[in-house]
Amino acid sequence: MSRILGVDVGGTFTDVFLLDEATGTAQVAKVPTTRPDQSAGFLAGINSQIENLSTLSVVVHGTTAGTNALLERKGAKTGVITTQGFRDVLEMRRRDRPRTWGLRGDFLPVVPRNLRLEVPERTLADGTREQPVDLDAVRAAARGLLAEGCTSVAVLFVNAYANSANEAAAVQAVREIWSNPHVSASAEILPEIREFERFSTTALNAYLQPEVAGYLDRLETALTSGGFSGSFMIVQSNGGIMDVATACARPVRTALSGPAAGVIAAAYIATEAGFPNVITGDVGGTSFDVSLVANGQSVLSPQTSIDFGMVIRQPMIEIATIGAGGGSIAWVDKGGLLNIGPESAGSDPGPVAYGRGNTQPTVTDANIVLGRIDPENPIGALDRLDVEAARAAIDTHIGVPLTLDTLQAAEAILRVANSRMAGAIRLVSIERGFDPKDFAFMPFGGGGALHAGAMLADVGLARAIVPRYPGVTSALGCVIADMRQDFIQTLNVLLDTLDTAALGQVMQDHATQGHAILDAADTTFEGRETAFELDMAYLGQTHTVAVPIKVQFAQDRVEPPSIAQIVQAFDTAYTAAYGRLLPNGTRRVLNLRSAVIGRRPKFDLTTLAPPNATLARAQRGQRPVHFGDRWHETQIFARLDLPVGTEITGPAILEQPDTTILIDPGLTGRVDRFGNVIIERSKGAT
Amino acid sequence: MSIDPITLAVLSGRMEQIADEMDATLFRAAFNPIIAEAHDASHGIYDATTGDTLVQGKSGLPIFVGVMAFAVKAVIDKAAADGDLADGDIYIFNDAHIGGTHLSDMRLIRPYFRDGRLFCYLASVGHWHDVGGAVPGNYNPAATEAFQEAFILPPVKLVRAGVLQQDIVDILLRNTRLPQSAQGDLNGQLGALDLGVKRLDALLDDYGPKTVSGALQALGTRAEALMRAEIQALPNGRWEAKDFLDNDGITDQALPIHVALEVTNDRLRLDFTGTAPVTAGPVNIALPTAVATAYVAIKHIFPDLPANAGVMRPIEVHIPDGSLLSAEFPAPVGGYTETILRMIDVIFAAMAKATPERVVANAYGTINALSIAGKRANGKPWVMFSFYGGGHGGSAESDGLNHGNAPISTATIPPAEILEAAYPIKFTQWALRPDSAGPGTNRGGLGATYEIEVLEQSAEAFLFGERGRHAPQGIADGGPAALNRFRYEQTDGWHEPPLASKMRGIKLTQGQKVRLETPGGGGYGPAEARPATTVAHDVMLGYITPDKADADYGPAWRKVVS
Repeated sequence: MSRILGVDVGGTFTDVFLLDEATGTAQVAKVPTTRPDQSAGFLAGINSQIENLSTLSVVVHGTTAGTNALLERKGAKTGVITTQGFRDVLEMRRRDRPRTWGLRGDFLPVVPRNLRLEVPERTLADGTREQPVDLDAVRAAARGLLAEGCTSVAVLFVNAYANSANEAAAVQAVREIWSNPHVSASAEILPEIREFERFSTTALNAYLQPEVAGYLDRLETALTSGGFSGSFMIVQSNGGIMDVATACARPVRTALSGPAAGVIAAAYIATEAGFPNVITGDVGGTSFDVSLVANGQSVLSPQTSIDFGMVIRQPMIEIATIGAGGGSIAWVDKGGLLNIGPESAGSDPGPVAYGRGNTQPTVTDANIVLGRIDPENPIGALDRLDVEAARAAIDTHIGVPLTLDTLQAAEAILRVANSRMAGAIRLVSIERGFDPKDFAFMPFGGGGALHAGAMLADVGLARAIVPRYPGVTSALGCVIADMRQDFIQTLNVLLDTLDTAALGQVMQDHATQGHAILDAADTTFEGRETAFELDMAYLGQTHTVAVPIKVQFAQDRVEPPSIAQIVQAFDTAYTAAYGRLLPNGTRRVLNLRSAVIGRRPKFDLTTLAPPNATLARAQRGQRPVHFGDRWHETQIFARLDLPVGTEITGPAILEQPDTTILIDPGLTGRVDRFGNVIIERSKGAT
Repeated sequence: MSIDPITLAVLSGRMEQIADEMDATLFRAAFNPIIAEAHDASHGIYDATTGDTLVQGKSGLPIFVGVMAFAVKAVIDKAAADGDLADGDIYIFNDAHIGGTHLSDMRLIRPYFRDGRLFCYLASVGHWHDVGGAVPGNYNPAATEAFQEAFILPPVKLVRAGVLQQDIVDILLRNTRLPQSAQGDLNGQLGALDLGVKRLDALLDDYGPKTVSGALQALGTRAEALMRAEIQALPNGRWEAKDFLDNDGITDQALPIHVALEVTNDRLRLDFTGTAPVTAGPVNIALPTAVATAYVAIKHIFPDLPANAGVMRPIEVHIPDGSLLSAEFPAPVGGYTETILRMIDVIFAAMAKATPERVVANAYGTINALSIAGKRANGKPWVMFSFYGGGHGGSAESDGLNHGNAPISTATIPPAEILEAAYPIKFTQWALRPDSAGPGTNRGGLGATYEIEVLEQSAEAFLFGERGRHAPQGIADGGPAALNRFRYEQTDGWHEPPLASKMRGIKLTQGQKVRLETPGGGGYGPAEARPATTVAHDVMLGYITPDKADADYGPAWRKVVS
């Protein structure tokens, strides 16, 4: 009864990772993702591994259902009930624009203006209820929205972060007459100052709720009818997991569910391998996604924009994206400069070599022309690749305008693409104050391992780690992710006047709620952790620093920190961020952030190491591959058949069903005891 | 030396990143929200002899891209005259007549040396919260001399060969109402320059100064080639456009801004002859600002062009002497934002006559600097100062954006909840403004209505705005947007300022309100061509009232069955 299943549904494939804790064995599988209803692929993936679902104790799911619904604008017909005078907050945003230059483009909010209704009520910034909410007006608004066919509603009151009484009363009235559970309240979702960010997060939650809750409900029903009686969990954007009931009430937390699970897995694999500082790089069809893990911990950002004007303010694993993926198109601009992206051929029609109608050369085409991808055995459903078409496209669009031959042009495409990827890696590390030279690079997804050597050269990273199953990293992350609940409460007071007893009470409430959710979960925890942070700044400053506050618990009761302790913690954090303190500055406390974490048991990654492998069995002959200015006869290996301890000197190519690993000349690949391939500079090489 | 195009592409990205990181450093460290939230700042790398912009950060304020070259040139001239430029020097100044924009913008300029030789300049500019003068926040609509706007600092050495000159800092801090904010911003700008030096060191270590300077030259040549190709694609000819500023804040007389745009093969000339002469009030701008503004307009029309001075080589900007676009010291320039917005409007309008599909109709065209100040019951003073948004113009692709920021800026507006928490005021409305969009096949975006009630005993309001008399225009037969409208409440009811959108010292008591209704954007294309179903949809959403829809588009929409 201790089998754990991770399922990650991506755009193209649904990945399954099954861990049997008793025997310490793991199985992986990849099945096609089904659209529009992903639940069919989800169940097909599970059934490919397991006959009897009653043998499973936990199923953890990383999902893109929410992300896709947002990007494709396929959420529910949603209504808004809001404070008189503020119906347009969602549409007015923070008075920004899509692009700095050009002034083009408009914005359609997910809730159109006619479905945003105002009711008389007002709370002031200090929490005073200036005008009680008119509940008859609220009921009339709710009935009006139901009559319009809304299946979801968000209640968004100004200053509800300071006092939610009016909003809560309205929500109760709405819930009494609303025809389903899809009622979202701004102070329940995000009791934090800044109305646009709070309203946007809450409205997007409402927009997703019918879709995501319906999807999860179908999955849960199918699991149950298949005999599953364990707990069903969903990965959140913060990299922690939540139970399915929480996910149905807070679907906005799943916006980056899939990618977050991948980063969690990367952090664990790299730390176990002895490299707790790692930068992950996922090369997809249209983008390169980068995330930083420092000392085993992934970095959380407080908010993100899914698209222009679609702001979600929830802690999310920070993932930086640039438009330079395998399908990104290479082109020469009018000034004669070679560019990569942002236009992309994606995976359909895909690169020129796929033969599906695209004639613009892509990064993948360059890799194919240079022999780095085997045209006879491509990843995915194609039988072979059209190398000649790729060569012709590179000639026409890059070689001729830049007077380069085909191979020089293909190398040039990779150089510029690699340089852009390297720039993204530098930026995520430098922005956080880290030196990228202290980090390893972990490619995952299908295309990343072709570019690992270039990242070492361009950024000066010491090594790359290619996990044993780069294509199912997110599914593995599902299996090991901790359970985590984040809470926030705006305080907005000067530190001198902070009521520490009241602060302690809010801390206590957060801790109690969080631990109750852990208690209710039908899963085991190795340990629990409750962490508190205050967002603080000097009076007059608008950007806050996160100040970790160490709190003592006496018999599960929070002992509030003293003002002096907070002063000391602030000064330490501020000095680390800005170098120097401000003499005579007045300290201000904006928000309390709390996280309650249940540590789930990890598994021994050596169970993934290859059994009974031999070098002889892994050899697959050789083929010419182009590096720099000439062809190199290059050895080819079946990666999964390489035994632990193998060292392979570049140039070499390691192939496996879901990825191709390139070991450039001057680099050496080594199979570590977990089955990871560690790529480093060869001894004596510069 | 010649650089291969691939190395050039790589170096171009690395150098842009240096400027971007300098931006990020200041935004994070700055004390005042105008820099930290509104990003009214900029960083870049500039040519060692001409001061030309070589690379500029992507997140800073657009207007600075062109104007900073003048600031750097001012320092180059000063250093040449003094003959004492040294490694580790940093100059500081705010003099707008030689450096452009207005006195609130504090410029720090640092020569960058490599192997004992001057290689380039790094610069940081940021809008400080207060630099003295008659009005807190420095938007003084009644100023007649720069001296009434702020204290004026010519280029001086803030740092000599690595040693901070504390006496200069002391002078700065004694001349601002907010010394703590000024100190915080100054530290942030110094930090950004330090970071730029570190990053440039690493880049030159990697590639060598010869390759990098070769690349910088090549990027300029490339930018010029790109611009010439864009101009060459335009028809040859001459097109004129005229628009007006409401008044100068002192005399209620309209001030024409006129441009003649002339395309000859791969060259473009912008001639502002016919523009009003220098004014007594603060809607003048200095020559560097005018030239930089032409650049902003051009870059909006051709958004893919790089932020590099090479772009301006094929463009001649003619500003007549004595006009309000070439004001000389000490003519007041505090309201420069309004004037440059109008310059952009007329350049767009003239270009639209040559190639309408390349251009967007006029945006709302005023920043509406509104400040409300007073004393709390406990005697502590407060000043709420912000800029307000409006609609963007329609374009060939789509309707204009509702409630956007000004074309010269990328600033966001603070949330109402942040303002209500910080100041004794309450927003009674924060909404889109129906009927504010200019009609068109693709209409303009909507402006906004902000209504603010004073919660303390008394307060005083100041407004510096425009477009109260002359509305944002449409292009390609699109119609104009609504006028800017400001009203304030007194015991005998609502009033409007005699000068429409400019007024100082409006006395308010508890419970009284001010109401600012901002323009939308102009329309694109004839209104008759807008489908009736789309008009009906706008009516259904309340973007436009039925009567206004009839007037703008005719009654056909009423036949649409929803």
